[in-house]
Amino acid sequence: MIKEIGIFVVAVILAPLIGGFLSGIDRKLTAFIQGRYGPPIWQPFYDVIKLLYKQRLLVNDFQVFSAYMYLLSAILSVGLFAIKADLLMILFIMSVGLVFYIAGALSTKSPYSQVGAQRELMQMLAYEPMLIFFAIAVYNVTGSFNLAQIMTHGKLLLDLPLMFILLGLVLTIKLKKSPFDLSASEHAHQELVRGILTDYSGPYLALIHIADWYELVLILAMIAILWSQNLVIGALIALATFFVDIVIDNITARMTVKWMLAFSWSISILFTIVNIAYIYFRR
Amino acid sequence: MGLKEFVEKSFKKSPWVLHYNCSSCNGCDIEILACMTPLYDMERFGMVNVGNPKHADILVVTGTVNHKNKEVLKNIYDQMPEPKVVVAVGVCAATGGIFREAYNVLGGIDKVIPVDVYVPGCPAKPEAIIDGLYKAAEILKEKYEKMGKAEEVLK
Repeated sequence: MIKEIGIFVVAVILAPLIGGFLSGIDRKLTAFIQGRYGPPIWQPFYDVIKLLYKQRLLVNDFQVFSAYMYLLSAILSVGLFAIKADLLMILFIMSVGLVFYIAGALSTKSPYSQVGAQRELMQMLAYEPMLIFFAIAVYNVTGSFNLAQIMTHGKLLLDLPLMFILLGLVLTIKLKKSPFDLSASEHAHQELVRGILTDYSGPYLALIHIADWYELVLILAMIAILWSQNLVIGALIALATFFVDIVIDNITARMTVKWMLAFSWSISILFTIVNIAYIYFRR
Repeated sequence: MGLKEFVEKSFKKSPWVLHYNCSSCNGCDIEILACMTPLYDMERFGMVNVGNPKHADILVVTGTVNHKNKEVLKNIYDQMPEPKVVVAVGVCAATGGIFREAYNVLGGIDKVIPVDVYVPGCPAKPEAIIDGLYKAAEILKEKYEKMGKAEEVLK
């Protein structure tokens, strides 16, 4: 029990550091691809610390609650992942936080915030089925939703190659990368001002950034357990997926919400059916 | 390095820039956009171009103020959270420039909001603008330090 609490605390402390460092690499690599020099690697930490110490400007009190709930659920899901809890429970806790994040944006009157929140809902609708399908496919191979049991199967990647591609897609949609950067106008695009983040400002924006880092680490960890025989190789696979996502972000243009839904649903249903059929026929 | 020093350094290293075109002729605006291109790349100083006053630290204003947009400028300035810095880019924003005597022009933007850095030029060069923004980031750090001292006095 004490050991598990220790692992929980260590994961909760380490995850934002890793997530912030990775998003720093993201910005540097994006600058490199665009032929720029780019900000320092530690830039996301400077941004978040600065935001934490800015003046608090509130539209309503519910925003504060929803920003904290989003951070709390992200922390809980990463911590539960570290102590190898139930995969389905982790997914549901993660989506509860996102619902608060969206509700907080919907609670303001700004039309930009409203449209951003609607689009974020659509993005959730696009990737939540993929995550659930992933859990189902993992259950089909291992016979359990428990992470400790799942991780006894060393090389899940060989059984679930298509689900791995789906997880890569989830990462792209979750990080709001092109072609799915619909809800928050990443990279100085300002057609929705800042979309869902428009009315979160100062310290609350910082909380949301930290929660985003947790979720980045969570999705990367889900990719990493596909090679749980040697977690170093698993982490390398996850990092490779992350870098491919950054390259895709830089070489694609934004698409519409309708296209995203049609694409992600058809791909996820097709890949899941093919992959589960593959598992059955191999037995 | 303690937490206090790191916070102060963060304010200097991460100024987010909001650009408002206050009836400018677009000359200075093009030069501001040039600062974001690979040639000048203002992101290497951590400067990000944001479109939301609630996220911004530095307000960059180009052009003169007239009776129509003085309320807009004041409104944008009021929406920014403290600490905040204003940079006036180009002679129009600084003094009114060649439009100074026009019947609808109030003059430089310092007639409406307090200005911290003036960047001269018609249009201002991208090098001068980045220089001004860097200066503004240093003023932002100073303002944060002053905010902390004011809070200590109020306690």
